[in-house]
Formats: sequence, structure tokens, C-alpha cells
Amino acid sequence: MRRWLIVTAAVLAGAGPAAAEPIAIVGAKVHVRPGQTLEAATVIIDGGKVTVVGLAAAMPAGARVIDGKGKVVTAGFIEPLSGVGLIGVEQEGSSNDGRFGARDDVHDDPVHAAYQARDGFDPHGITVAVARSGGITTVIAVPLGGLVSGQSAAYTLDGATEPVRAPAAMHAQLGSGGGGAAGGSRGRAIELLRELLDDARAYGRDRAGYERNARRRMIADRLDLEALQPVLRGATPLVVSAHAEADIRAALRLARDFRLRLVIVGGAEAWRVAGELAKAKVAVVLDPTDNLPRMLEADDVRDDRATVLARAGVAVAVSPLGNGHQARTLRQLAGVAVGAGLTWEQGLAAVTTVPAAIYGLGGRGTVEKGAIADLVVWSGDPLELSSAAEVVIIGGVVQSNVNHQTRLLDRYRTLPAR
Amino acid sequence: MRMHVFVAGLALGCGGRPRPAVAPTPAEEPKLDLTPPWIDSEGFVPRGVAPTVAVLTDALENPGATAIAIRGATILTATGRRIERGTIVLERGVITRLGGAEVVVPAGAREIDGGGRFVTPGIIDAHSHIGVYAAPDSRAHADGNEATAPVTAQARAEYGYWPQDPQISRAAAGGVTAALILPGSANLVGGRGFTVAMRVGRTAAEVAFPGAPPTIKMACGENPKRVYADKGGPSTRMGEYAAFRAAFHDAAAYAAKRAAYASARALWEERRARAAVLDARAPAGKKIAGEPAPEPPAVDLKLETLASVLRGEVLVQIHCYRADEMAHMMAIAREMGFRIRSFHHALEAYKIRDLLTAEGIAINTWADWWGFKLEAYDGIPENAALMTEQGGRVTIHSDSAVGIQRLNQEAGKALAAGRRAGVALDDDAALRWITANPAWVLGIDTVTGTLEIGKRADVVVWSGAPLSVYTRAELVVVGGEVAFDRTVGLRAGDYELGAGAVDGGAP
Repeated sequence: MRRWLIVTAAVLAGAGPAAAEPIAIVGAKVHVRPGQTLEAATVIIDGGKVTVVGLAAAMPAGARVIDGKGKVVTAGFIEPLSGVGLIGVEQEGSSNDGRFGARDDVHDDPVHAAYQARDGFDPHGITVAVARSGGITTVIAVPLGGLVSGQSAAYTLDGATEPVRAPAAMHAQLGSGGGGAAGGSRGRAIELLRELLDDARAYGRDRAGYERNARRRMIADRLDLEALQPVLRGATPLVVSAHAEADIRAALRLARDFRLRLVIVGGAEAWRVAGELAKAKVAVVLDPTDNLPRMLEADDVRDDRATVLARAGVAVAVSPLGNGHQARTLRQLAGVAVGAGLTWEQGLAAVTTVPAAIYGLGGRGTVEKGAIADLVVWSGDPLELSSAAEVVIIGGVVQSNVNHQTRLLDRYRTLPAR
Repeated sequence: MRMHVFVAGLALGCGGRPRPAVAPTPAEEPKLDLTPPWIDSEGFVPRGVAPTVAVLTDALENPGATAIAIRGATILTATGRRIERGTIVLERGVITRLGGAEVVVPAGAREIDGGGRFVTPGIIDAHSHIGVYAAPDSRAHADGNEATAPVTAQARAEYGYWPQDPQISRAAAGGVTAALILPGSANLVGGRGFTVAMRVGRTAAEVAFPGAPPTIKMACGENPKRVYADKGGPSTRMGEYAAFRAAFHDAAAYAAKRAAYASARALWEERRARAAVLDARAPAGKKIAGEPAPEPPAVDLKLETLASVLRGEVLVQIHCYRADEMAHMMAIAREMGFRIRSFHHALEAYKIRDLLTAEGIAINTWADWWGFKLEAYDGIPENAALMTEQGGRVTIHSDSAVGIQRLNQEAGKALAAGRRAGVALDDDAALRWITANPAWVLGIDTVTGTLEIGKRADVVVWSGAPLSVYTRAELVVVGGEVAFDRTVGLRAGDYELGAGAVDGGAP
């Protein structure tokens, strides 16, 4: 007779990474994908993939069984604009990577297209395990700053040293930030970005001429121009931080002229351009708590802009926008957006299927049969604050939930006698 | 023979005004008393009209406030009481009735259907820079750090507070009814805090929380030494604590000088009075010679403020992250003889929760901020819960114009983290983190922070359970007046009028 190893979530939580034995999560509410939910379902994971999602399933031999009764299963969350793995201690420059300061760029080069986040990503960085404790299984490690910040890379948070996808996207910054890096105004940012793309296109069409020095002078270095080729081919998106309506419209024109796959980040005034963004199939990555008129250049911000955008048909993802320490608040951000009018399914999509689609992470973001087994067993509604990620599985392997903070708690749960 | 009882020139050494040896005697004038006058060195100090000083009970008077009655709601009082299908009545700015369905609603009151809704005390944020770092972000709006000297006790957040900051109405929409507006943490002593009622106003005085006791902001650790490293110091933690002690020793010396002057002045006044009595009996023209009053030492607003801290007149609020630094500040407070009301941020409070609790010092902290600087490296989500378990007083603060809008959620997160660590906490404890406890930190707990009859009408009606991520404030009442009503929308500050989504500019 076959014996099943019954392991409760609590026991698993203390365990380190296990071998990739088959796993069966039994009796849970499973959000297979946004809009498709099964009650009291079983998920079977084998070989790193979801092999079965259903109401009744035969257990594979030797499966580690997780009692999912009263629990909720979702795909692991994907943080679409992350500082995890790049940021050590925000205010200590030596611990950070891929953060380009505007001040340096005035004297330096505002174009960092050749920068690759994978060169800086630390798979064992202090923020990685803490982010994972918030149910995040994949991050897009994103460079920030400058006019063109560089190439992001998608990593799973299981200590993997190789990215899931790199480059995941090219990142740029319009507005006063990008303008400042470009040594001028907001207009200077768009002007320089246009010229850069034009140069990259010319370079791509005539590399031989470039090598012979038969081309006019280009405004960026060769590796920058080379790095922009996948963007011009539409193979990777150009992810542009832009808040002012004018900047968003300028970015849309740029995307049309160069046939780019555009994604808007931040988008304080994006709600004013919702129809155009939807028509151009441009997704928006935003922080729904960022609702203050904090920028003189873009002060018409709305509390419910995620809702306005989603209702117009724009794909919306949420993110703490580069704050590596607060990545675990991703689910709260989704919940806040739901509180401000997104449907719950749109809220789930904003941290799973939408970021997966933006960055081309096929096989991630759902718990469908055949999906990569990155998933989370939650104690309850994953967007609700009282819930917790009890079991985090990446690539079919149950992850440790020990981190710097849990170790501190262990040490100080009882105080030493004075 | 007349005795000169007093040596007239005694006070000249203090640099007083020269006293004429002989008074001028115009021939046409009637004959004047030739004895020198009693020169009063305070006689020339300008005397204006003192500002009206509010008292805390003024917070309980708002005769113009319309009556509001909320019926059928789940009422959480933050005193441990939960009333299902409860009724609460607000009149003249005060909670006048509180109970179940049996409570009679006065005629004419605006009635609000509380079905499915929750009512709590207004949220109080013990740490905010709204108004002193107003939106939009701009150098023009940077009024929170007088970063010109490490000790600027004389500065007051009230003078930097812009009561039209667009952030105010958004904080109110998050259920916040009062906050302590603090100077930033660039300075060791940043200045006085400003306790506000969370609503837009024409003047700072209009939105001041009536009668709130004075507070002062201090800061230790990374920030002051970073700011002053190249501006004359302190550049190390050593320098910071030395500067704290030096500042308080200066204040003590100043206070002693002021006290010495006060007694010298009292003595002088006594002698003048005795002279007047003797003169009344003496023959005409035989008056006792006067003498100048002792010179008052110059008023030093910085040292005066620090001296008031030493006198225990000010609630001391200290920004500190690390356990060892909080311990240093506690030692300095003991040495100099003042009390610390609370530590702010206090990410490592859990490590010394026994020491903090023994001295009755509260902490104001976040639910889960950590790691953004080295002194914040050891922040853990269980901080609030562990300190509460120890018997300490905790608030969840924001230090952020974004975070202040959902302190209820932050409390919810800290509660969940504590429970997962095995700390037995009820929802009311989490509610107190953002209501009754910050009221105590601000010294206004006798009038607000809980729902009790006779307390100020600082009340929030929530769409659902207040600690849920999906819940939003629907009606926020500040001192009896509606500061936010979701059916009406955000009340735009002047800045936002006529442009944008908040004031009808939406397409």
C-alpha cells in the first residue's frame, strides 16, 4: 500500500529547500488563473511542472502531500519592476547596482543601454528571501536612472544564478528625471531618446559602414546601439517611466514611429490617455498608492487610475517601482487597487499574468496544467493583509522561508535575562 | 541725615543704561524730585498682546458642528468594546451618545446608515511631515529641516506648515483626524512639533489641535551626522551624543542664569516697594535714591526651548532606529533629568522592549519598513507586536504622505505578523496602535483617541472591517465637522482648484 507523507504547511515552512519530489496540494481553493477558480481542488506538481489541476486526482508515488484545506493557491507573484537582488541597503551606494544618479549623468553618459541587470543581480542578496516571504517567486530586476537605464533580467527567487529571461526589457526614463540626466528639460529627454533610437536603427542597418567609420557620428556607444536592436525588432519591450500626459503621448508617438513594444511605468496622468494606451496595446505598471500630486510636471493624479485604465482595456500591473525592500508589499498594492475599483481578478492579474505577458515569461503566472510550478499556498485571500504565504514553491521545489528577519525574531522572541 | 540704604551704582556692572548723575532742571518747570529714579530695565521691553492660549478642553467645543448620528454600524471603541448594530451621536463636536439600537437620535441630526459599516475613533499619526514637506515636491515646499545648525530647538513646525497642502485632504480621506507634524531628522534637535487636526485651513492656527501640549523633535544616528559631516559636525555618533549633552548643559546654565535674574529682580522689586513705603513717611525732597534693576539676560529661544524640556513642559519625541542608540538617549535623559515620551521609528525596539517598557517610553514604528539604511537593517514585522506583548505602548506611524492614507492597513499587517509569531493580540490592540496610543504620545488622549461619551467627535465610518486591505473610509469627522465624505469626493486644497481630476477637471 502506498503511503503518503502528510506534511502540514507549518512544518514545511521551517524546512529548507527540498528535493524536487512530486508534490500534491490537496483540497485548496485554486486560482488557476485570473477568472478561473476551483474550490477544494488538487494540484499535482512533478518534474517542476504543474501536471494536474482538478477536483480529483490520482497521487503520484512518493508525493509530498500538502493539506490545502482552507488554503488558497495562486501562481507565484511576479514583481514587474524590482530592486530585489540589485539593492542591498538603499542609502549605501556600494551595496546597490543598476542605479544611475542624474547628477553623475550630467557629466557622464545618460545612456546605459548596454548595462545589464544580470551583471549586478545577487541571487542570495538580503532582499531576495524577504521578497519571497511575500509570495513573490519571480522578479524583473530593473535598472533605474539616467535617460536609458539599461536591460532588466527576470529571475526566480530560489537562488537561481541564471535569469529566466535576459534581457527582459530595455528601460528608459522620461520626464524631469530623464531630462535632468540628459542635461536639460523634459523635452530634452524625448529629443535625445528619439535621436538615440534613430542612431540605433541606422547602426543596425549598416554595421559594416559603422565599423569602417563611414557613418556620421552616433550619440551613443557601439554596445548601447547594439543593445537597442532587440527593442527596434520588437523582441523586447521598451519600458518607459513617464508621468505627465505630454510625456506619455510623446512615448506613444515614439513607439508608433519606431514600431516599438511600449510599456509605461508610473503613469500618474496615464488615466487621461487610457483610450490611446488601450488602442496601442500599451500596458501600464504603476504603484496604486502613489496618488499624490507630488510632481509639478504631472500633478493630475487619480486615486483610482488603475481602475480607469483597466476599464478602458489597458493591461495593468502593480509594483513598488524599484523599492527592493518593500517588494513583499506587492500583494497589498494589488489589494489597494482592488479597494479602489479593480476587480479581484484584475488585481490577481496585475501581479501574475500581466507581468508575465509584458516580459514574455511563458509558462509563468498561472497554475494551469503544464505551467512551470512557481506557486504559493496562502493561508487565505492572498491580497488580504491577514493572510500569509505559507508555502512557496519555485520550479517544483518548496522554498525555505528563513530570512534575516525570521532569524532575528528567533533570537529575540525571548529576551535574555538582565 | 538721610541714609542711602542702597548702593545706587551696583547694577551698572551689568552694562545697564547710564543713570544721569543729576536730573536736568529747566527753570520754568515745577521743581522735580532730584533723587534718581528707580530705573526699570524691563520698562522698555515691548509688550504686545499675548496670543490666546487654547486649553485641551477647547478641543471639545464646536458649537457650529451639525449633529451626526450613525446607526446600525459595528462600533469599535478602542477601549476594548465592540458594539454590534451600534449607534453613535455627535453633537457640538463631541460624542454625546453611544450604544446599541436603543440610543435615541436627536431630531435634526444627519443620519448615516451604518449597515455593514464599521465605526472607529479617528486615526492619529504620531509622525508626519505633511504641510512642512507639501506637495508638489519642490524646493519651495521644503520647510521641514532647518538644516543650518545641528540644534535648532527654536524652530517650530507650525511656522513651516502649509494648511493648504493637497496631502491634507488625502490623509483625511484615509481616516486620519489628527497628526503630529514634526520637523525632519536632519538635526539633533529639529524644533517643536505641531499637533494638527487633519483638515484644510486658511491659517495654521485654525487647524492646530486645540490645547495640544508642546512637543519637540530630536534625532540620533545616521541622519544628523550625514547632514553635518561637512558642515562643522557632528560627523560621528560620538559627536552627536556629545552635542546633545552640551546643548542640555547649555540649557541648564541658561536656566540657572534666568533663575538668578528672576530672584535678583524679585529682590529689587521688594526693595523698591520698601523704599516707597519709607519715602511716603519721609519729608518732601528726602526720597531714597533709586537704583537700576538687574539687567535681564538676553532671551535665547533655542536654550529657552531646551530649558522647557528640562522643566518637563514638553513631550520629547526622538527619532532613533537602533537599540543601542535608544539606550544612549535614555541615559542622557536620565543624566539631564528629562523624560522621553516616545521613540520614533524604533526599528530595534523589540531588542530592548524590557528597558523601554520599564521606563514607560512609547514607540512609533512601521509595520514592515526595513533595510533602506544600515540603521534600519534589523527591522522586523513583529516589532509592534513584541513591544505590545511586553506591555509597552506602541503606535504605527507613517512618516509618509502615502503611508498616512492607510495606517489601518499598516496596523493590520503588523497585527498579522504578530499573530503568526504567536503573540496573542486582539483587533482592538491593533486599533489602539493608530488611535488611543498615538493620542497618548501627543498628549491629547484625555479628549480623543477612543470612542467614549464626552470625547471629541473624531470619528471614521469605514466601508468594512477597518484592518482589511479592501476597506476605505467613507466618512471622516474631525472635531464634529465632516473632513471627508466619499459620496462628495476629495475636498480640494486651493492649489487644486479649477484644474485636474479633484476639482471637476476630469474629461
